[in-house]
This record gives sequence, C-alpha cells and structure tokens, in this order.
Amino acid sequence: MRRISLTVNGVQHEGMVEPRQLLVYFLREQLGLTGTNVGCDTSTCGACTILVNGNAAKSCTLLAVQADGAEITTIEGLASNGEMHPLQKAFHENHGLQCGYCTPGMIMASLDLIANNDDPNDEDVRIGLEGNLCRCTGYQNIVKSVQQAAGEMRSPAST
Amino acid sequence: MAQVAEQAQKYVGGGILRKEDPELLNGAARFIDDMSIPGMLWVSFVRSPFAHATINSVDTSRAASMPGVKGVYSGTDLADEWADGLPCAWPVTEDIKAPKHWPVAKDKARFAGDAVAVVVAETRAQAVDAAETVDVDYEPLDVVVDMEAALQDGATKVHDEFENNSSYVWNLDVGEVDQVFNDAAVVVKERYYHPRLIPNAIEPRGVICQPNPAQGEYTLYSATQIPHILKVTLALTLGLPEQKLRVVAPEVGGGFGSKLNVYAEEATCLALGRKLGVPLKWIETRSEGYLATTHGRDVIQDMEVAADENGKIVGFRANLLADMGAYLQLVTPGIPILGAFLYHGVYDCQAYSFTCTGVFTNKTPTDAYRGAGRPEATYAVERIMDALARRVRKDPVELRRLNFLERFDEAREVITGLSFDSGNYGAALDRALDMFGYDELRAEQQRRRDAGDVKLLGIGVSTYIEMCGLAPSQVLASLRYVAGGWEAATIRCHPTGKVTVITGTSPHGQGHVTAWSQIVADELGVDFEDIEVLHGDTAISPLGMDSYGSRSLSVGGVALHYAAEKVITKARTIAAHELEVSEEDLEYSSGTFSVKGAPDKSKTIPEVAFSAWTAHNLPEGTEPGLEETHVFDPPNFTFPSGTHLCAIEVDTETGMTNILKYVAVDDCGTAINPIIIEGQVHGGIAQGIAEAMYEEAVYAENGVRMTSPMSNYRVPSAAELPTFETDRVETPSTTNPLGVKGIGEAGTIASPPAVVNATIDALLPLGIDHIDMPVSPERVWAAIRNASGSSVDARGTDATAAGSGVGSADTPGGEA
Repeated sequence: MRRISLTVNGVQHEGMVEPRQLLVYFLREQLGLTGTNVGCDTSTCGACTILVNGNAAKSCTLLAVQADGAEITTIEGLASNGEMHPLQKAFHENHGLQCGYCTPGMIMASLDLIANNDDPNDEDVRIGLEGNLCRCTGYQNIVKSVQQAAGEMRSPAST
Repeated sequence: MAQVAEQAQKYVGGGILRKEDPELLNGAARFIDDMSIPGMLWVSFVRSPFAHATINSVDTSRAASMPGVKGVYSGTDLADEWADGLPCAWPVTEDIKAPKHWPVAKDKARFAGDAVAVVVAETRAQAVDAAETVDVDYEPLDVVVDMEAALQDGATKVHDEFENNSSYVWNLDVGEVDQVFNDAAVVVKERYYHPRLIPNAIEPRGVICQPNPAQGEYTLYSATQIPHILKVTLALTLGLPEQKLRVVAPEVGGGFGSKLNVYAEEATCLALGRKLGVPLKWIETRSEGYLATTHGRDVIQDMEVAADENGKIVGFRANLLADMGAYLQLVTPGIPILGAFLYHGVYDCQAYSFTCTGVFTNKTPTDAYRGAGRPEATYAVERIMDALARRVRKDPVELRRLNFLERFDEAREVITGLSFDSGNYGAALDRALDMFGYDELRAEQQRRRDAGDVKLLGIGVSTYIEMCGLAPSQVLASLRYVAGGWEAATIRCHPTGKVTVITGTSPHGQGHVTAWSQIVADELGVDFEDIEVLHGDTAISPLGMDSYGSRSLSVGGVALHYAAEKVITKARTIAAHELEVSEEDLEYSSGTFSVKGAPDKSKTIPEVAFSAWTAHNLPEGTEPGLEETHVFDPPNFTFPSGTHLCAIEVDTETGMTNILKYVAVDDCGTAINPIIIEGQVHGGIAQGIAEAMYEEAVYAENGVRMTSPMSNYRVPSAAELPTFETDRVETPSTTNPLGVKGIGEAGTIASPPAVVNATIDALLPLGIDHIDMPVSPERVWAAIRNASGSSVDARGTDATAAGSGVGSADTPGGEA
C-alpha cells in the first residue's frame, strides 16, 4: 500500500492505496465522489474525465499514486454557493444531456476546451470533445451548450 | 421555476426544461455503481474464450484459496438454484425451437463470453483476480458464425437437442403474391445485409442483490429498463415467491434495448444472495459487455418489389434470415416480427409476403436494439424504393409520391390487416424538401457530375413509418407475446396541494419526470414544481410494463391522462357536494370547478384534496382521499412517420464520405415537449448514422469478435457527426386521446436508408448501385476500385472485406 496526498475540489485528502488502484476508483470509492463515472475499461469513452492540475484527464487511465501531490477538480467541485457553473447551466438550458451518464466527463472536458479556446466554433467543439462519447444526444445540443457556456464565461454577467 | 419557451399559458406542448437535470449535472445522481451496502461482496464471472466448447471440468480449488474469496461456483454447482432457465417471452411460433438457457453454462459454452463459473470475493479486484485462476478444461468444438452456413445440411449444431440450427420460420402472406409478382411488368430484387450492432449505452450494466434473511425477502437493484418484468420472470427462474422480491432500477445510464432483458448476471446475483444471505454486487466492464450484453440486428434480407412500368407498386415480398445468436433471450425471436408488418412502408400495394427464419449461431444473443425490427424493415423498403426509381427512371421523390397512401385522419386498414392510426406522408415530405433545398442540391449534383468533379454529391430519401406501443394485449396474445401491452399510472393528490405521480414506465434518459409533470400540471391545474414523479421501483409502482419500443408516452402517458380524468370525476362529486349544487352545474377548467353563472363559487383540486383528506363532509358513498389509478390497454398501435433527407459528398479518390446536410421532419402526433422530442430525434439519427457509416461487430471464423470496444467498433464521437436540421408535422394519433405516437426510435429507424441511399446516389455515375452497411470509406473506396475494373490493392482489400462481417453479401443489386 502507498500513502498519497492530493487536493480534490479544494480539499486536502490523504489515502492509502494499492499501487494498482486507478485514480477514478480512489475518487469514487475512497472519497465517495461518485459523480465521476466509468463507462469503459479502454480509455475510450471519456465518462471519467476530470481536471488534474487544470488539464482534462481520463481518471481511469491514471493510477492513484500518479496523482500524489496533484490538484484535482471533479464534477462535484464545479458549482459554487449553490449556483450552477455556466457549463452546468448551459447543458440544462440546451437539453445537452439525456441519461446523464457521460455528462460529468463531458462537462470536465469542455472546461479544458474552453480554457484553451474561449470562443470555439462548431468544429472546434466537436473535435475538442472527440475523446468523450455520448450515446443519447447526438452531440448537437452538447455543442450548443459548450458554445453558450463559453460565451457566458467570456463576458460574465457582472460586466 | 420552469422555463416555458413556447407556450406560457400551459405546459403541454411547451419546451419545458427538464426536472431530471440538476442531480445529473452536479454528480449527485445515484447510478448502480454509485451504490454500496455494508458488508457487500463482489461478484465476477468466468467467461468462455471459445465460441463453442464442451466443458469437461471446472477446477475452482485455486480460486477458492485466493485472498478475500468467499465462494467459487461452476454451472453444475449452481444447477439446483434454477426452477427454470432464463426466459424467452416471445416464442413466435408454436413449433419454435427454444433451448434451455441456464444462467451459468453447465456442459457446453455456446458463444465467446458465455458464463461458465462465478466468483464471490470481498473486493472488486479480488473477485477479478480469483476469476482468472479458475481452471476450466474446455474441448473446443466446430463453430457456426454464418447464418447461411448454419442452415446447410450437416452444419455444426449450436443445440444438439434440435434437428438443425433453424429456430423458427414465421410467415405472413396477403393477396395472390406469386401471381402478382409473375404478372408484374417490373420486379426488382435486392439483397441487404444489416450488420450486427452493439448497443453501447454509456453506463455498463450492473446488479446489487440485497437479501433480508429475516423476512426471506430480496431487493434486486439493476441497471435495467424493465424492473417490473424482471420481478415476474426472475421469480419464475429462481422459484422465488414473487411477493418476496422487490426490483429497483436506480438512475439508469441509457438502454437502447440492451437493458430490456433478463440477464444471467441478474439471476446469478439473486441466486448467490439467496445462497449466501449477504449483499452482492456485480458491475460489468465494457469489454465484458461487448460479449455478454445482447447485440442488435444481424439480418440478411432478400427484398422484392413488383410494379407496373410507371413504378406504381403492386407487391412487396421480403425473406429474412435473422441471427438469434446462441440463445433466445427475452424477446430475441420477436424482434424481426416487430418489423414484419411494415415491409410495405407508407405505400399502397395489393400483395404482401414476409417470411423470417430465426437462425442459431455461436455468437452473443441478439435482441432489441433501438428500433428493433423497424429499422430492418424501413431499410429494406427505402432501399428497394430507390432501386425501383432507378429501374423505372423516376426521381426517388416522385416515385414515393406516386405510391403514398393518401392522407387519412381516421384509422385505415392496410394490406397486412393492421390499422394505421393516421397519416399525412406528403406533408412531412413537402416540408423536408423545402428545408433541404432539394432542387438546388439536385442541380449541384448534376453540375459536379458534368464537371467530372472527384467529389460527387448524393441525395438520399427515406419516407419511413414505424409502429409503437405494442397493444392491445389480445393482439399480443395472437402474436404469441407472453406479456401484456398495458401501462399503469397513479395520481395521489396530497392534502397540502402537492401531487405524487406513480408511473409504471421506467425512464433512463427520456425525461418522463418532466413530460408526466407537464400532463398532470395541465389536467389538474397544479404547479409543475409541485408534482413528484416516482418510477422504477416495484415496491412504489407495483403495476408496470416498463419502457421500451417507444411505448412510454403513448401507453404510460395516456394511462396518466385517464388517471387524471378519474381524479377530476371524483373531485367533481366532492366539489358539487361542498358547493351545494348538482355536478352538472359545475364547469371544470385548469384545476378549478366553478358554478355555472356564479364563477365566484368555486373549488380547486387542492381544496378538494384537503376536503377528501379530512373527510368531514363527503357525499354519501364517497371514500376519503383523492387518489386514482388507471391501467390503460390501448386499442391499437401508434404509427409515427416522416421524411429524412441526407446529402453526402463522396471523395471518389479516397472513399471518404461527408454528410453535407441532414434534414428530418417527423410526425409523432401531438407534441408534449418539443425540446425532448428534438433531443430524441437527434440521438436517434446519430445512432442511425453510426449504423449506416461506422458500426459493425465483425466475427472471425472461430466465433471470436474482432471489433474491439468503442475503438474499431466505431462508436462515433461529435467529430464524426453532422448538425441535423429538424422539424415536425402533427397528425394526431387516433389510438389515444392525447394524440401522441412516440419518438424514441424514429431517428434510428429513418436514417440508415437516407444515408446509404445518398451514398449510392453519389456513386451511380460510376456504375455502383449497391453497398452494404456500414458504408465506411474503405468499403466505398473498394467499391469504386471494383467498379472501375482496378484490381484490389496490395493488401488484398476487396469490396466485401472491410468490416463486412459474417453473412455479408456485397453482390451488386441484381434485378430479376
């Protein structure tokens, strides 16, 4: 067993993990953060996407020990003061989710996408989310959601 | 507050945002793998790597000594747990060959992935580790993967107890079929292979069994579409008193038919829970799901149309081979029968013939996959319509118009004896052509052809029909479907003015909570936010038939409407009594009863609910409480229809295809929530395009699947799909008072022929008039090379190799 220490959604956590323990299961089963879902065992579906030190990563592809010292954000860390994050709000307003299983990963990947391109066009979003599979929506409303959120994040309501 | 985009005055018809979303957006929703029970053990299955093998022995000793292991069981060890095999609820013919299907195989493995042993351990990892050490002595047997080979004399048999690999032959003939075809001026015959598909709900399956030994009760949590059907069938399979079993579908992450089943893992976890008396959990891995979760399609269709020299159709004849896989799962044999009545599409004809042979092979069992039988029918009909248009040299749109059933607003009988509920096929076609810019695109197509452009343009038309809401139950009996076609709904009006709705449908992404709230809010005049919709738990909603086949709204939503009518009827009696007038003197509107001519004298439904609760002043013979249940058994199916148009650019140098425009105009009857409808259409089209262009489960001769999960079995991402333009026409259904038809599967049913017809249309100048799905770049490229007389490339690629799969037949469309 190895001891790891990491920050998740702004909270410091310590844990003992098997060296083979995947990060996603550490988050889900040891920290109880079950919002991050597992949709495959081959790193293809992207349901488990989180932010590791600000970058989108598939948490089923990382070992928990690799995240030692890392700063992690999961879907549970997005809303603040009970207010939805602009991405969560945009997915709701544009019917960007149906069963909702891919949604946390889709939103975390979108966060990374917008951080790198604050005004993505249709194709930018489609290519940027290539690593995240959704079987319900046909993606069109997801693309719309991401573009709306990017717009709101560029020009916050306060300005 | 709910936001109303379209109609502020009422909820039904408005684009109401979903109530379901918040917990799905913040990670709080509880899917099966998010649930944990103290003391819970983990289950892992040992699966056969061979598609067909005798199990000589299963040595569990080493696994049993692994860390944390609590039990290891072979199929023989569990043999006494079963009162019966896993159920097949649709034995389509009297003489169907339906093998016993034990949850864990005892003597033989019949497909790669067949469970042969099961391990119980303290952790997920320990269970998997131990499963890998179970020593199974297999003796590999000859394998049948190809349906036509499976039907030949002397073929290896999947089930020794039967004469051959034919499970059943189902036939429907209407009219003088042979004579009509013999006499027809034009007969066109083509063969289509519909690939084997893997549903790929993004949430894998999973089961938790929680026994309560003190009461002898069991709660089974399962990522399922059908908690109610599971309860009945598992009670029979395990010989468990049904009243001791509760089944719960928690938040479920998509189904598409793949969670419409009674699976070996559900039965086994329940049996192990009974045996060990402790809670157990099994979560499927994606790789495991590709083996053990049912597949869809895998059908060879010989399709014929007979017409006069102008293209006026006189007859349709379809002959299918449908791959059952190794066993008959819940409704495996019935899937082609869901399409059996639709091989004339929206067209008139005088003679009709449909025959389907169900074939056993050593592959994963097939069963429902979004559309289930109707995509196969629609594909065959719409492909042969284009072939006929070419033969009689007519525009495909013109040919369709020539043969459309004319507009009807009352139900009308069609050739098969079914009664279509309502239809206005020309309206959807007109609207779609207009949105598409059909004439401009045809001109552009000609321009490119004339210029010898390497990027050719093709236009694909699909004017589809489908059928939803399997019913009435008596008709299902005549089709030998074991369950009923009804659905139940309960409305409970609380004394505080709030409302609980209990539905027998079991949503897994479709937005029933929102849509059902809309219906009740309008009918009872209560606030949308004050309505709670409960579902998916047999202890809470004891009556239900669950969600599949686009039935939820057209059966379950209508049951809710009738339950609301019953509430209003009872409330009227109470209101009249309290207002001291006769019931006839009351007018009802949006939740308020008011006295005719004295509108200030009134009672609202919440006021009546309070009076019904106190019961201080109820009329004679009226029971306290305001709660009503209705079970609705529809008088007929519903028949959604519409037009889908696709424009595809094909690069003739590389075979790359690119959808330039996709237009869908659907008629699902009256709309309850246009936002949800549009979402269903988008997702349905995406799955249909995936089917047409990307996906196919390909098997090697030894019965091992070669396409691996979500990678070279190409589940498309956003980058592979276009933007869709959608609209609706509304022809209210005559089957139910809401006028609703269903929209869950329409996109998947309509889109594959639109895409394939467009691809072929692009390639016509090269002499190509047939390509099978998926029309991958490799296959298109090979077809172009073959057509131009070029030899196949150095790698030996040919038109049938690229993802063509077993049973594929890329023969050019032959005309008889």
